[in-house]
Amino acid sequence: MTDHDPDCEKCEELLQGYLDRDLTSQEVVIAEGHLDRCDYCRRRYRFEAHLRRYIRVSAIERMPAGLLAKLAELRGPTADGL
Amino acid sequence: MSESGAAEPEAETGRRIASEARERVRFEEEALELADQVYRVARRMVGTREEAEELVQDTYARAFRSWRSFTPGTNMRAWLLRILTNLNTDRGRKIQRTPDLQPLEESDYYLANKLAAVEGEQALDQERVVERLSQGSIVDALAALPHDFRDVVVLVDLGEFSYADAAQILDVPIGTVMSRLHRGRRILKQTLAEESLT
Repeated sequence: MTDHDPDCEKCEELLQGYLDRDLTSQEVVIAEGHLDRCDYCRRRYRFEAHLRRYIRVSAIERMPAGLLAKLAELRGPTADGL
Repeated sequence: MSESGAAEPEAETGRRIASEARERVRFEEEALELADQVYRVARRMVGTREEAEELVQDTYARAFRSWRSFTPGTNMRAWLLRILTNLNTDRGRKIQRTPDLQPLEESDYYLANKLAAVEGEQALDQERVVERLSQGSIVDALAALPHDFRDVVVLVDLGEFSYADAAQILDVPIGTVMSRLHRGRRILKQTLAEESLT
């Protein structure tokens, strides 16, 4: 674990956007460059990425059977006869 | 134009109505194809399955009524979720207190360290360590998030919306999305560390 690489602060700022794929290509280069060099941030990045994926898998619940039919009933009157 | 009589404009009106009807049907079908994805987000924004079903039905009822205000070619899933979050906010949510956060350095790696420490010295790879959290504890921790934070976390982490889409859906600036996301995830991790591993 490196002791306070000044780049870590910048990395902390970029980490979230990097995880969410919401960085400009220039920022991606900065973030990846730092992750290559910094063990601490890389460990953190991996943990965050796995946690996020795990949360998604755990929290997703499919639509109950029958809901789609109920939604379809809400459609406007059919265009028959036009 | 007026010389050709009433038949011409009438036929035109008929064609216009028919083409509008086709457009509407196309809209409705595209919207219905997104129902499962809309439900997934709705389910984690409210407490129960029944509430989520009701919210999605209200959303579709409103969407089908106001389909003309949707611009074809734009992101319909974001458009539907904008309606959904508005309806959800209108349901009169209580003002919630934001939990106190630990200082960044401590909370930041708190959950990872705690997860890694459960089985003592045995070092697990980073992929496996999160699996020590139960599915139920994750669902509970999400439900416990104050709704301003939860909405953003659910849209970005579960709905996989971009910051820009989430900002548009919630009608807040992108910077607000990013800070709520950051804070929301920290609260989530703190809750998971405190509740799920005791």
